[in-house]
Amino acid sequence: MTAISTSEALSRVTERAGEPQFNLRRKPRLSEKIIQGFLFVCGAISILTTLGIVFVLGRESLLFFGSPEVSLLEFFTKTTWQPAIGEFGIWPLVTATMVTTVIAMLVAVPLGLSIAIYLSEYASARARSILKPVLEILVGIPTVVYGYFALTFVTPILREIFGKNTVEIYNTAAAGLVMGIMILPMVSSMSEDALAAVPRSLREAAYALGATKLEASVQVVAPAALSGIFAAFIIAVSRAIGETMIVAIAAGAGPAFTLNPFRAAETMTGHIVRISGGDLSYDSIDYNSLFAIGLLLFLMTLSLNLISRWVVQRFREVYE
Amino acid sequence: MNSNMNGQARYPSPEQNGDFAHNAPARHRTASAWHVAFQLSTIVGILALIALLYNITTQTFGLVAVKSRVDPASLAIDGVPLEELSKEQLIAILENNISKGVMRRLERDQPFAERSRENVYNLVLERVVEMEIVRSWTLPESLFQRQAIEAEVKDKYPGARLQFRSWLNWDFVRSSQSSVPARAGVFTALQGTLWMILITMLIAFPIGVGAAIYLEEYAADNIFSRIIETNINNLAGVPSIIYGMLGLAIFVRSLEPLTSGTLFGFADPTTANGRTILSAALTMALLILPVIIINAREAIRAVPRSLREASYGLGATKWQTVWSHVLPNALPGILTGTILAVSRAIGETAPLVVVGASTFVALDPNGPFSKFTALPIQIYQWTARPQDQFRNIAAAAILVLLILLITLNATAVLLRNRFSRRY
Amino acid sequence: MISANLTQQMVSQVESYSGYSSGIAIEADRMSVYYGDFRAVKEISLKIPQRQITAFIGPSGCGKSTVLRAFNRMNDLIPGARVTGQILFHGQNIYADGVDPVEVRRRIGMVFQKPNPFPKSIYENVAWGARINGYRGNLDSLVEQALRQAALWDEVKDKLYQSALALSGGQQQRLCIARAIAVKPDIILMDEPASALDPIATLRIEDLMRELACNYTIIIVTHNMQQAARVSDYTAFFMIDEDRAGTMVEYGPTKQIFTNPKDKRTEDYITGRFG
Repeated sequence: MTAISTSEALSRVTERAGEPQFNLRRKPRLSEKIIQGFLFVCGAISILTTLGIVFVLGRESLLFFGSPEVSLLEFFTKTTWQPAIGEFGIWPLVTATMVTTVIAMLVAVPLGLSIAIYLSEYASARARSILKPVLEILVGIPTVVYGYFALTFVTPILREIFGKNTVEIYNTAAAGLVMGIMILPMVSSMSEDALAAVPRSLREAAYALGATKLEASVQVVAPAALSGIFAAFIIAVSRAIGETMIVAIAAGAGPAFTLNPFRAAETMTGHIVRISGGDLSYDSIDYNSLFAIGLLLFLMTLSLNLISRWVVQRFREVYE
Repeated sequence: MNSNMNGQARYPSPEQNGDFAHNAPARHRTASAWHVAFQLSTIVGILALIALLYNITTQTFGLVAVKSRVDPASLAIDGVPLEELSKEQLIAILENNISKGVMRRLERDQPFAERSRENVYNLVLERVVEMEIVRSWTLPESLFQRQAIEAEVKDKYPGARLQFRSWLNWDFVRSSQSSVPARAGVFTALQGTLWMILITMLIAFPIGVGAAIYLEEYAADNIFSRIIETNINNLAGVPSIIYGMLGLAIFVRSLEPLTSGTLFGFADPTTANGRTILSAALTMALLILPVIIINAREAIRAVPRSLREASYGLGATKWQTVWSHVLPNALPGILTGTILAVSRAIGETAPLVVVGASTFVALDPNGPFSKFTALPIQIYQWTARPQDQFRNIAAAAILVLLILLITLNATAVLLRNRFSRRY
Repeated sequence: MISANLTQQMVSQVESYSGYSSGIAIEADRMSVYYGDFRAVKEISLKIPQRQITAFIGPSGCGKSTVLRAFNRMNDLIPGARVTGQILFHGQNIYADGVDPVEVRRRIGMVFQKPNPFPKSIYENVAWGARINGYRGNLDSLVEQALRQAALWDEVKDKLYQSALALSGGQQQRLCIARAIAVKPDIILMDEPASALDPIATLRIEDLMRELACNYTIIIVTHNMQQAARVSDYTAFFMIDEDRAGTMVEYGPTKQIFTNPKDKRTEDYITGRFG
């Protein structure tokens, strides 16, 4: 009698019994591999995008800084930007960006926080269900529409209030105010999420000590949600810095180094849009300068976003 | 610390009260004041929205002063006013009033037999009546200062008629660009937007959903996938103009043979460059990709584990599980997120300007390799012009854009409700 | 069901049991708590003696926490909650029109089941309540006094300005007690104050309670019968009746409740036949 293995015996038995044979070994499934590869490529495209951005901005900026008329020192210290005569100081554009951002934050932060406290601590569920979606509409409106609003509605009002001689037709104040309205829901929404994450027991502890709702909300709940609120602010600033159309339409064309919000000035983004909207020849100094500005813009918003994420992770309140 | 059963004292335990000031009423007053302040903030936000809509609406409807070289009433035939004449009658009027040379040229551009009645009517208006809108007023002015306006028209624009006009009308939607505001329309821009969105979606949707599937179902939780995740979150926060610059450098410039169509032999060799719908669509696709991925990931993550386990338990492969079970279940969420992304793309202007939306596009786009303009670009250009009437048509174009967006978002909400009921 | 007559008898018994100079700190008079239309707690009547420890016991879900919270109007925070009947605090119904819950809560403090110190410094946790209530004296000495009474001073006196969240669970709970003491209440309500703590911390809290009872009236809710027997002077036993409303079954001196309960349901619960 020849010796056979158990599995062989088993398969002979099952064969005879009429059961199908099966092999548990892993089959190579080519289609699965292909699909997985395709999906991986999809995921990797995002990496390519970032690499693309860095490469494009970097290369053109290098060309820009490498050209003879431009020096790095001048870029960061000079206060005139006039490519026609070879002046490449970034400060007029940066100050205009700063002015609009500051004005926008002056609008969005108090209003946004107040709205967040109201929705989180005071409003009934019904009120919240109506108000929140309405405020969300503000987010969905295209920025070009906001620009129109700034130019045709806000500027005339400003000129009415402060006088036609003080307020120019194009000014950074109107742009900043409208930008503030645009980022308002961002601040209020993120802050409200942070406030809602504060556990109920903290509120109860405050009330049990005889606190009014205001005292509990502002002195206990809001400080407890501080990291989330702070992150919301930073994201809002980042958004304001990167905003383009509102300032392109309402703030003015032509760099001007001024802190007066009633005068026209061009932000970094507004400048890029104006120049690239006109005649632009590749590899001219104008073309390269755009990418230098873009690189600065990219680094600013990127670092703000990273800081915001770090703040949330590092300082996320542990409530127990 | 004795306390007496003193029924009269409002605040018992008087000996303890010395330690604490009677500040409760003052605190309540402060609390009420701030309550009102918080409520007001919410109202300010809503007021801003209302102001925005009010502003746009008042510029879209109002009185206009119309001057014509030839009074349209004089062109009526047998009592039938100009607006209601037939095409043949209108052609006859044209022949009577303009030179043969111009008629021949018009025939060459497009034979009269092929032109629509609207087209001929517009020609009559343009070349015979030479209707010109000299002044426009906003809606509140038109409603409340009628007298003053009439006086002004008599004074400054003799011979002009006053009539009420809605700048948003079907002609507006169907006309193409023109240097005269009264005759300009958003047709070309609308087509540009629609073409661009179509191609953007064809590119972004599969890639976005694919990336989301990969990250949620296939990727191991290692440092590489975490880098991808951080990367996507960062990309979502990059200003849109940067994407425009990326598109300019890569799609418009470096990949010009591809995007201009010369690679495929489609393009006109003299005027072709990379500033085509394809470039714009590719740029937009990159822009909204992070949004689609993040939303799709959330939708996929929300699919209950039990569903996957049931499928695996039956011996299905990973892809079979994803395709047959996970995706259908996550589809409502994915679609909602996609529609949100599309809404965003429709409203974006800055990247399109950088990538090179044309300032004046005469012909309608007819493919991915055409030059293009888009609705937000049109609004931008019109807003930038100083004349009053461009404000009016910019407002009308904004209304078209908003209607488009509202329809899109309403569809999203409907879809979501319908699908979530089923599951 | 307890008849009004019986309640009156029990109350006089309580009063006669209490020793020297004891009045009534707070009294519930046919109080019910409704959530919307649902009556969660039905017609509670009892008198809490001053400067003693009264325990509320009963199976879970029988409404003892709800009753406790009614004493400092914490139920007001729940939308749709309302209270009928009265709660008399020094003869005044705290639910009467025009009574300010803020004032009530300063005088009737609460310590919660899970320690919930504010994410502030230890000093600030204790001082905050007194400060908003307009404390006129020296905050530093108030903070020290409160922490001493809570048996926490020695452990934290060198780190007053560090975060309260760095303390252990037992320390945090004592901090919460110090916080409640700092506003100089008459009564301290404690809702299962030791249930989230380990046994050693629990014993420390129980010792603390006995010390505090010299100066404050304490009402505690506990699901731990042994704790009630150890710590309290008076005990009230609650249960759910057929309407799913909580009612008070029996109330008397702890010794009597645990050795010679008058109601059979009390006896069943004490001996562990249910709950």
